[in-house]
Parts: sequence; structure tokens; C-alpha cells
Amino acid sequence: MKARVHVMLKNGVLDPEGEAVRHALGSLGFEGVEDVRQGKVIELELAEDDASTAEATVKDMCEKLLANTVIESYSVEIS
Amino acid sequence: MHAAVVVFPGSNCERDLKVAFEAAGAKVSMVWHKDTDIPSGVDVIGVPGGFSFGDYLRCGAIAANSPICRSVKAHAERGGYVLGVCNGLQVLTETGLLPGILLRNAGLKYICKAVDLKVETSDSAFTNGYQAGTSITIPIAHNEGNYFADADTLARLNEENRVAFRYVNNPNGAQESIAGILSKNRRVRGMMPHPERMADPVHGNIEGATLFKSLVGSLEAV
Repeated sequence: MKARVHVMLKNGVLDPEGEAVRHALGSLGFEGVEDVRQGKVIELELAEDDASTAEATVKDMCEKLLANTVIESYSVEIS
Repeated sequence: MHAAVVVFPGSNCERDLKVAFEAAGAKVSMVWHKDTDIPSGVDVIGVPGGFSFGDYLRCGAIAANSPICRSVKAHAERGGYVLGVCNGLQVLTETGLLPGILLRNAGLKYICKAVDLKVETSDSAFTNGYQAGTSITIPIAHNEGNYFADADTLARLNEENRVAFRYVNNPNGAQESIAGILSKNRRVRGMMPHPERMADPVHGNIEGATLFKSLVGSLEAV
């Protein structure tokens, strides 16, 4: 199975990189960009065949390593 | 007093930390990240600065899950002393031994300069050689030194007098200008500034050496 994990900074956590991207977009002439938040996408190839087991395992991976839940939220897509 | 300094791929301050511990009178063993055991008789573990594992994923995240860090955690849970400097603090927050996390500097720039710190507490083995309220000058060198924790954690740190150092002029956006914190039992200490880089007269001052002398003195007195 394939899993795709999205990791984003939680709302309320300052994202200076997103803010820098917003400024750069403004200087390129893209108007009206009110906020930019950036995060990461992590793709995993899993030997597991069962979607719900795979999802539970990947969530455990997120809690232990892939995300730091002090500042980040995550979502998992299994396909 | 016996100190162990942990070395990860990408650490670059481990020898400076060793020299500073030795100058304060400690015997020092270097420990590789793949080692599973801390040498017996070690009183304090130093987690050095640098770019462990290339800062991949998040600063300190991969190092925090290395074999040696399980032993570092066990040492701390037994009441052992741990000092994390710079990337070492990032590793300690990722292991959960210290609360919070270090975000990218608010100004998005890597900052390398000597900064003034206010000593907030002398109530720890690391800081009992300083007088609370005094200001010392110690260098910082980091890109992710912007301390972040939720409001409850910050309140708890303040209530329990666990903020050891604050920046006099906040260089990186850290919440409440926090530069260094202590664990609940005051035996795990993490800080972004590098005391080992102000520990010899040729460095310009020896205000960082006080930290190592305090620690060695406190542990030898036990």
C-alpha cells in the first residue's frame, strides 16, 4: 500500500517561511495573498495489504517521528 | 566527576564541549550514536551542538530516536544529569526530556554572534555559580533557536522557576525570550547559546566556564 502523510504547522504557530513566501509572491505582483502556510508531504511504500492496519501504523509513525505534535498536525491518506 | 559527550553524524561542537568539561576538572568519554550504553559511572551526559543527521525532518528528530538516546533518556529518568547545547537542546526537546520545541528564527536568518543573557535562577547544579539577575555574554549560532511551547507549558516553566537564561535582546523570536530551560527535577538542562565557546580566556571571556565549574563542583560535592 502507499501512504501519503501531510504535516502542517498548527494554527497559531508562527510560520516565518510561509510569511517569506507571501512577501515574495507580493513582490512578483500576485496581489491579495492574505496568508501562506507551508508544510511537508511524506510518501511511504508499505508492505502491509490491509488499509486500516496501514493507517494505524502510519499514525503511530507520525506520533513517534514524522510529526512533532507540539507544533504540527498531520493527516494520512492510504491508497 | 565523569562526563560522557554524545557524538552524532553532523555534530560539530563535541570536542569543544569535551575541552570545557575537562577544563572544569571532569573526566570525559566520547560516545557514538550507535552505542547503546553509557559508560558506567557517568554523572552527566553532554549533548553537543551541530547539525545531527543534517537537520533532516526536524532539527534533532532523527538523533532523538538513535540507539544512544534511549540510554540518555534512561539516564535522565534515573535522576542523571544531562546538558544539551544548541542542537543538543533540539535533541532533548525531541526526546521529550525537555518541553517545547525550537522553530526557525523569526527573521529567517542564521544568527552567529555573542549575545547578552540574563541569569534567571541560580537554583540548579548548572547555574549555582552565577548570581540570579546578572547578565552574561555567551555566543549563539543557530537557525532554529526560536523557542516555542504552549501557554500551559510556559506558565508551568515560570511557576517552577525552570527558565534558566533569557535573552536580554531577543534575537530569534523565542517566546518570553527563553534561551535555556531546566527539567522538573532541575537535572536536565538545555540552552541554545554555547557556554563552551566562552570558557577560555582566549575566547574573550570565561562566563561560560562558570556553568561547567558549577556542574563539576556540585556533582563532586555529592
